[in-house]
Amino acid sequence: MNSLIPLLVAAPLAGAALLLLGGRALDRFGHWLGTFAAALSFVFGLVLFFSMLGRSAAQRPVQEHLFSWVPVNGFQADVSFQLDQLSVTFVLLITGVGTLIHLYSVGYMAHDERRRRFFGYLNLFLAAMLLLVLADNYLLLYVGWEGVGLASYLLIGFWQHKPSAATAAKKAFLVNRVGDVGLSIAIMLMFTDFGNVTFNGVFGAADQASKSQLTAIGLMLLLAACGKSAQVPLQSWLGDAMEGPTPVSALIHAATMVTAGVYLITRSGAIFNLAPQAQTAVVCVGAVTLLFGAIVGCAKDDIKKALAGSTMSQIGYMILAAGLGPIGYVFAIMHLVTHGFFKAGLFLGAGSVMHGMDDEVNMRHYGGLRKLMPITFVTFGLGYLAIIGFPGLSGFFSKDKIIEAAFAKGGTEGWILGAVTLIGAAVTAFYMTRVMILTFFGEKRWQPDAEGHQPHPHESPATMTTPMIVLAFGSVFAGGLLAFNSSFLKWLEPITGHSEGNSPLSSTVVTLLTMACMLAGVGLAYAVYGRSPVPVTPPVGSVLTRAARRDLLQDDFNHAVLVRPGSALAAALVYFDSKGLDGFVNGLAATIGGISSRLRRVQNGYVRSYALSMFGGTLVLVATTLLMRSV
Amino acid sequence: MSYLLTATCAVPAAGAVLTAALPAGSTEARRRTTKLTALTVSAVTLALAALAAARFKPGGARYQLTESYSWIRSFGISFSLGVDGIGAVLVLLTAVLVPIVMLASWHDADPAPAPDGTSDSATFEGRRRTQGFFALILAVEAMVIVSFLATDVFLFYVFFEAMLIPMYFLIGGFGDRAGGPEAARQRSYAAVKFLLYNLLGGLVMLAAVIGLYVIAQQQGQATFDLQSLTSAIADGKLVIDPTAERALFLGFFFAFAVKAPLWPLHTWLPNAMGESTAGTAVLITAVVDKVGTFAMLRFCLGLFPDASKFFAPAILVLSVIGIIYGALLAVGQKDIKRLIAYASISHFGFIIMGIFAMTSQGQSGATLYMVNHGISTAAWLLVAGFLISRRGSRLIADYGGVQKVAPVLAGTFLIGGLATLSLPGLAPFVSEFLVLVGTFSRYPVIGVIATFGIVLAALYALVLYQRTMTGPVRDGVRGMADLKVRELAVVTPLVALTIFLGVYPKPLTDLVNPAVNDTLSQVHRTDPAPAHPVAGPAGGEQK
Repeated sequence: MNSLIPLLVAAPLAGAALLLLGGRALDRFGHWLGTFAAALSFVFGLVLFFSMLGRSAAQRPVQEHLFSWVPVNGFQADVSFQLDQLSVTFVLLITGVGTLIHLYSVGYMAHDERRRRFFGYLNLFLAAMLLLVLADNYLLLYVGWEGVGLASYLLIGFWQHKPSAATAAKKAFLVNRVGDVGLSIAIMLMFTDFGNVTFNGVFGAADQASKSQLTAIGLMLLLAACGKSAQVPLQSWLGDAMEGPTPVSALIHAATMVTAGVYLITRSGAIFNLAPQAQTAVVCVGAVTLLFGAIVGCAKDDIKKALAGSTMSQIGYMILAAGLGPIGYVFAIMHLVTHGFFKAGLFLGAGSVMHGMDDEVNMRHYGGLRKLMPITFVTFGLGYLAIIGFPGLSGFFSKDKIIEAAFAKGGTEGWILGAVTLIGAAVTAFYMTRVMILTFFGEKRWQPDAEGHQPHPHESPATMTTPMIVLAFGSVFAGGLLAFNSSFLKWLEPITGHSEGNSPLSSTVVTLLTMACMLAGVGLAYAVYGRSPVPVTPPVGSVLTRAARRDLLQDDFNHAVLVRPGSALAAALVYFDSKGLDGFVNGLAATIGGISSRLRRVQNGYVRSYALSMFGGTLVLVATTLLMRSV
Repeated sequence: MSYLLTATCAVPAAGAVLTAALPAGSTEARRRTTKLTALTVSAVTLALAALAAARFKPGGARYQLTESYSWIRSFGISFSLGVDGIGAVLVLLTAVLVPIVMLASWHDADPAPAPDGTSDSATFEGRRRTQGFFALILAVEAMVIVSFLATDVFLFYVFFEAMLIPMYFLIGGFGDRAGGPEAARQRSYAAVKFLLYNLLGGLVMLAAVIGLYVIAQQQGQATFDLQSLTSAIADGKLVIDPTAERALFLGFFFAFAVKAPLWPLHTWLPNAMGESTAGTAVLITAVVDKVGTFAMLRFCLGLFPDASKFFAPAILVLSVIGIIYGALLAVGQKDIKRLIAYASISHFGFIIMGIFAMTSQGQSGATLYMVNHGISTAAWLLVAGFLISRRGSRLIADYGGVQKVAPVLAGTFLIGGLATLSLPGLAPFVSEFLVLVGTFSRYPVIGVIATFGIVLAALYALVLYQRTMTGPVRDGVRGMADLKVRELAVVTPLVALTIFLGVYPKPLTDLVNPAVNDTLSQVHRTDPAPAHPVAGPAGGEQK
């Protein structure tokens, strides 16, 4: 049975290899081949999941060692997998949502001449993401970690002829690389502290290490998580990543890859639990990003960028929960799963709207679409209700638990975090209601395209709507299912541990407060956008609105602090290298040997004779030395 | 005594003479004969190198398949060859790359069309161009292989120096087709600069070689034999006083640091790689320069252990400067080949850092790095060469949108770039991470600074790809042909090796690890122990 684990990765990897190397012969059915590879991996995942269900909690984690990867004296890293309750949860999410999005892409990318390559990249992503969550050591995890970064780079830049797409792809990779520096250093620290980089080895020895060592490792892991999960201060790439085709935004930049940071922190719980300062840093990053993303989400008129802000914010919730330690790990992952369903569904809905509106992304040019795109409206609407935490739907259970956990942290910290998560809930309700109203309600504000064609919105084909419907089911029921009888808590607890904390508020009070915040957000959005016509051109807005439209000036900041000084430094060094350093060495040579005059002769055409005489001189010198010694 | 190692050196040497002696290439058919002869010779060399590596037993003596012939008896100089794990992988690298370089340079030495449309094959020089080019490549191969196999210090020195001559003619005599007399002038300048820098290094080393002999002779060890010298030093039979040892170390190290090259002795490399053909540039950076880093590991550490330890911190600082400096310079380049040259300078910083961190991971990583950098840079540079030959320009700004018209070319160029930025899963990642972790465990600050090199590497590699390959199709790019069969034959094995050695580097590490152990014991260094070692067998398979 365990031998199925490598096949989870192998199926999409083989698919990617076939699709990328296969040539035009595969164009006709390549997309189905890619979808099949994803579905196959999902089936393997299900088989492994049910077989795990049949075992007792202690027996559930299994290892599958394939081969020795980097064997050097003192340093060992193997290609070896670990499947436990945490990783199988991810496996099912990745392959399940992944298969649906493959299916959706069959329709969405139908008119793209490079569709086969698109499916190749999607399969490559699945393989890398599965490797990330199945690795039993940090170095192998790193391969998946940068592998998903590569797939993300290729898919954001899929329409490479658009300079904006190429730039966004490069930016995503670079910002992630800064995070990867953190992961590299964390692994090096583990090696110097424990002589080992496997999960079991490091976690088993963690309690012997000093607090400062563990804090350093924790902070470096947090840096890595910030890059991959678009958390402040490495958040700037996610908005631009919306340049990629919408299925990519749904799968990679909403449901799976961007949640890898949450996985990393939860997986490394044994380290963080012993490093409270690192945990505080995690919580702060989560809290700041939660608000940052929500504010940006309120200001964007581009539907995908509004959703991207929302993704940042929701992952902020998860990171915050993970930073709470055993109080929050389970709920971080639970929100990750439910978010995977409803956010993927929302993005697919957005893609469906764009599909019907000639790739228009500006919500101010939408309006009144609910009658023309009924399936999209209903599925998107259910995703909307789920994300704002409407009672009974998925987001209600998972977000509510995080807010409770934040209060349960206790003390002043608990009050602050609780307040932040509540404010976040209100803002979430506001910006999502805004998206909903601008897109589906109100009057039509459709604009003709450059050639003067009016858009003719229509419902999308079944290959696209089927995945949307399935995800809508997930958005409605997943949260309740996981929360029912605390089944998810019991499932994950053996791996992540769990503690209740001590909340100053009863869970009923927290739920009521959350409801109140949500209603306030919805009501405010309705008051602003629902009661009067929405202007097609955005009003100037307040200073905050304008800053939020520019992503709270993140790019201006990065440009001023990093890009401009960096380019200046590179230019200065280029000058220094050719004029300063080279000139210095040449000058030195000239002073010593009068070489500059010879150089001039050389340039007049005596190159070879000069070279030969130089070499001849060396030979004579050698010969003379030898002769002198033998005499 | 087997003659396998001698044969591995002699075949390309004889092949060089044979190729040069073939009838002049005034016709296409004759040039083809020349090229096929040279290619066959390099293939035989590869077979011999593979045989030698297969015969090598990793658990056995440090030097195997040894041969020794008396040469200049009165000075204890002999023609001694022997292979250790480090030498074996580098000989293999050389033997793999040479036929690939030949195939990539197939038309680089055809008679150049003169400005008036006639071919210059009428002149004597024009007619002998093809023979000259391929014979010179084989000559370089022979000399490099001798350098990797020599176990006699003087023998090594002679070939270390001698390879400058064929390299000089390769750089000065053959270049990108682009440009007229100005290009020729730039080329001569680059060739002379290459020669002067390296000759200067070689002269300093010669003084140190003689100095070493004099000291050894005074203590009754009148020999140039490496193993006799190192064991005499280890046993205390040969004692060099610290001042002299440091001076001798610097003499050797200077020559190797020019060749490798280490910051700030690097300025000849961008000129040489920029002006020569892509094939020659690969020979420079992937093969010839490796002799420098290889020699640091074998001669500097083996002969002068205490001085090596003494200078290690200073060298580490220079190498980490080189890592960052080379990468920043690469970011600022406008010329594709010069960009790759500066990227190589950054990578040489990693290799030298790994050597002088003096840990198992650092040195095994550095040795793997030499191989992996050779393969991945060859892929990147040769595809860049194919691109440049299509457009006749080395300027980044002359390209744009290539992926639209030549997707396979763009795809392989991206893989070369991803290998250069050490993407996990590809070979350079393994070696770069080992170098970093090996450095970090002894010098954390230097390790951390060097780690930031990975961000800069992503910057220069991806910016180059973005500017040349993406965006709207530029005028000069429209109608550009995708890779041809010959070009695919060049790139495919390099890409396959990059992936294979990234997933399964064990065949190489098995060869390299014992030699690294031996080197570390020569300098009396042991790895820093982990603060809280994990008990039991949790650390994966222990060997």
